[in-house]
Amino acid sequence: MSGLIGKKVGMTSLFDANGKNIPCTVIQAGPCVVTQVKTEKTDGYNAVQIAYNEKSEKNIGAPLKGHFKKAGVNPHAKLVEFKGFEDEKSLGDSITVELFAEGEYVDISATSKGKGFQGVVKRHNFRGVGGQTHGQHNRLRAPGSIGGASTPSKVFKGIRMAGRMGGDTVKTQNLKVLKVLADRNLIVVSGNIAGSKGSYVVIEK
Amino acid sequence: MHSHFWGIVYHQERLTMDLLKTISNELVDLKEWPEFGAGDTITVYYTIKEGEKERTQFFQGTVLQRRGSGATETFTIRKVSGGVGVERIFPLGSPFLNKIEVNKKGKVRRARIFYLRDRTGKSARIKEKMTFKK
Repeated sequence: MSGLIGKKVGMTSLFDANGKNIPCTVIQAGPCVVTQVKTEKTDGYNAVQIAYNEKSEKNIGAPLKGHFKKAGVNPHAKLVEFKGFEDEKSLGDSITVELFAEGEYVDISATSKGKGFQGVVKRHNFRGVGGQTHGQHNRLRAPGSIGGASTPSKVFKGIRMAGRMGGDTVKTQNLKVLKVLADRNLIVVSGNIAGSKGSYVVIEK
Repeated sequence: MHSHFWGIVYHQERLTMDLLKTISNELVDLKEWPEFGAGDTITVYYTIKEGEKERTQFFQGTVLQRRGSGATETFTIRKVSGGVGVERIFPLGSPFLNKIEVNKKGKVRRARIFYLRDRTGKSARIKEKMTFKK
């Protein structure tokens, strides 16, 4: 799988050849540079590490600084590894959105928006303890029972409860590439992806 | 985090939003339409596809609202057909839109006149806006 790192710009919509209105996401992707080439001989597997979003050298730690220096490229903010680029890559190679073609399908992973501490109704789609009769009150969004009493006298692991929601890595599969604007490093894919505007996304082919 | 940080965040936000606007307007080719807004009575001529055949239909009614901006802008028009209210939403960038005729300028005080849905008969009328040449 080859791919590219980018930033989500936002959503808009366009009309296809049949006049259908299609919601789409605009992503600014690349250009990325190759910072490390892993081979079976040295690392046990084949992979290519690429970097995106150039960063000033003063904002970077010493270990990473050494890593970039070894590759002979400027420091970058985001590093991602891909297994299986079709053609051989060498250090310092630039990869642009021309990697993708219009009509192709891609998978995009991004970090979803953080929702904070949420109850079970929002977090796990529980229906709450509903009903307005039978003496029911103040349990509208409660989880209900979380298990038996003396047997098993414990709460099983993995019971869905309230807690932190969002901020997970969410991969959306099979998004159609509608447009590739190579002159401005932009691609337009159909549908939506996770995360806020301006957040990093990883596009896999 | 001091105030300078949020200044940068705001700046970044502006940049991406400007970029998004430019791209949206490139992706959709917007035609020139006559000026109209909520309260106006307009006739929309649009193409409909029936299998292979294409023909033009029209829809005449009162504009309830214009929504959004730029390439993703839409408008809602309402007419009462046989005692039943019918509403249609058209995207302004739709390739099916052929022509928009402004029949009457309405005098209304707000941008979204949803109160029209609850009204029938005399109270559902909209006063015409008169414009005089200087």
